[in-house]
Amino acid sequence: MGRIEKAFARAENPAFIGFTVAGDPDKTTCIRIARALIKGGTDILELGVPFSDPVADGPTIQKADERALMAQTTPDTVFEIVREIRKESDVPIVFLTYYNIVFRRGIETFYREAHDAGADGILIADMPVEESEEICTIAPRYGIDPVFLVSQTTSDKRIGKIAAKAQGYLYLVSVLGVTGVRDQVSDGAIDLLNRVRRHTSLPLAIGFGISTPAQAQTCARAGADGVIVGSAIVEIVERNLKDPDVMEHELTEYVSSMKKALIGDYPV
Amino acid sequence: MTPKGRYGKYGGQYVAESLMSALIELESAYANVSADPQFATALADLQAEYAGRKTPLTFCPNASGELGCKIYLKREDLVHGGSHKLNNTLGQALLAKQMGKKRLIAETGAGQHGVATAIVGAALGIPVEIYMGEVDTQRQALNVFRMELMGAKVITVRSGTRTLKDAINEALRDWVANVRDTYYLIGSVVGPHPYPLMVRNFQSVIGREAREQVMKKEGQLPDAVVACVGGGSNAIGIFYPFLSDDVELIGVEAGGEGITTGRHSATLCAGDAGVLHGTLSYLLQDEHGQVLPTHSISAGLDYPGVGPEHAMLRDNRRVAYAAVNDTEVLDAFRFLSKTEGIIPALESAHAVAYVMQNAGRFDKDDIVIINLSGRGDKDVAEVAALKV
Ligand SMILES: Cc1ncc(COP(=O)(O)O)c(C=O)c1O
Repeated sequence: MGRIEKAFARAENPAFIGFTVAGDPDKTTCIRIARALIKGGTDILELGVPFSDPVADGPTIQKADERALMAQTTPDTVFEIVREIRKESDVPIVFLTYYNIVFRRGIETFYREAHDAGADGILIADMPVEESEEICTIAPRYGIDPVFLVSQTTSDKRIGKIAAKAQGYLYLVSVLGVTGVRDQVSDGAIDLLNRVRRHTSLPLAIGFGISTPAQAQTCARAGADGVIVGSAIVEIVERNLKDPDVMEHELTEYVSSMKKALIGDYPV
Repeated sequence: MTPKGRYGKYGGQYVAESLMSALIELESAYANVSADPQFATALADLQAEYAGRKTPLTFCPNASGELGCKIYLKREDLVHGGSHKLNNTLGQALLAKQMGKKRLIAETGAGQHGVATAIVGAALGIPVEIYMGEVDTQRQALNVFRMELMGAKVITVRSGTRTLKDAINEALRDWVANVRDTYYLIGSVVGPHPYPLMVRNFQSVIGREAREQVMKKEGQLPDAVVACVGGGSNAIGIFYPFLSDDVELIGVEAGGEGITTGRHSATLCAGDAGVLHGTLSYLLQDEHGQVLPTHSISAGLDYPGVGPEHAMLRDNRRVAYAAVNDTEVLDAFRFLSKTEGIIPALESAHAVAYVMQNAGRFDKDDIVIINLSGRGDKDVAEVAALKV
């Protein structure tokens, strides 16, 4: 059993999946951020590999990518960050990346290096299942789970295809749109959860726009196996760039509050 | 599952899951209209009565005398709006209308595609929003005014390099958020399948006409066809009907300040395989796969990618790709204006500059067709402000 599968199997409550951009604002601070997220109780850590043209991301994560690239972050830096985290934690680590980064390095090389560093899954934001044959052949060789997105506009037929290829969990995109904090969990997201459930026994995690304990509870109550939080975490990072101590503290507090919301019987 | 929309190993559909349903819907709608004679008639009618096709294939006696070969210009500068871009926007807007889409969005660099989209929006009664990089809104201010005059909303893009690439990023983000009722009208043979196919087919009217016209005038095929390459739509449009002929095809990229300076947009000459905006093609990128900033005197060529079909035609050597520098382009801009009284767009002046630089290769009787993809009125203010 891989680390991701174990994390979901072990969890009595929906998992909290925390995202940050690798190398934002620099390598050292990023490692502190990861540590703070883990300390707060993050069950799975998603690391964004910064890209010059992140078309699936809103302004918050775009700016984080820019900061990371300004700090000269490369895939090598990202792998080093994973190695550092692995020295102190067994938390499952999933990369979120755009395809050109993987393609440029060589698919096989990237997956091998990711595995050697200690990563567990890779989600390529601009890789629909139709184009994924090669990565789905290579990923299992290195024990990497290929994680896929499912959206409200995905047809039932394609959900079936995606579920057949995906490993680890499915990432349910809760909104029509790019990443970024939203006020509410849409009804569409809950409908999507119910629709996908009919096709697969894979864990289902809801992401894009989730930031508050109330939203996390809405997802949990609807039966999600995990909630994914990205922009809200990156906003804390952005707000505290000048004071990493405060940043770390706020991140840990934030994750603990989200974790608490995911425990118990979710009062309405 | 076999990947769709491939040109050799290039092309494909590298987009976020949220856009896949829209691409599938678009593919099937495009297949339907392609087989529909009524659609073809409606488009041909608009091309003739609204856009002003067919465009002339103009023989240039003065330029021919100076350069020592027979120069013909395919006059896309005379298409309504001032460039070849309307060939594509008419086709796609008709399609969008049939699909029942309520809103058109588009990116623009030089502003010519934005203008062509604003035109079809006004003509067919569909609201239009145009994404344009801040750098380009400044150097192509006249086109911003044109678009707004025709009722389009121009959205200034301030992210990244603030040029065409970032305008496409923002248009894609808009599309993801409004995918159900919005039609993304891409302006070149770039982006995910079926755009490169669809745009090529709408633009190949240029080559079909040119082939027929040169046969009529000269009784033979040309020796060479030359076109500038940004995303590659005017080039593939004129090349495509000549692909299986014994005709030399030359695509001219923006050499900017020179390829060795790194300040250029010569993707096929200096880039290598990569994935941007939904397609696998050539790309200007660093060793880690980050997309590089580009430069060109012409906003319309200032793009780090290129259409996937061109990538294939480069690899199999059916088309030769070259680059010319900004200063050579300015010379060509002035040369054609003086010798023939035709002011070319700076983009199109790249093709003219190539022929000027390589005039020695052609004999007196050689027939060279240059695709004059657009007129230069939009560029005169910027050129006038230059000191060179
Ligand atoms: C007149 C003209 N020619 C050429 C181009 C470049 O586009 P493409 O390579 O798709 O023809 C543009 C783009 O704006 C243009 O305005």
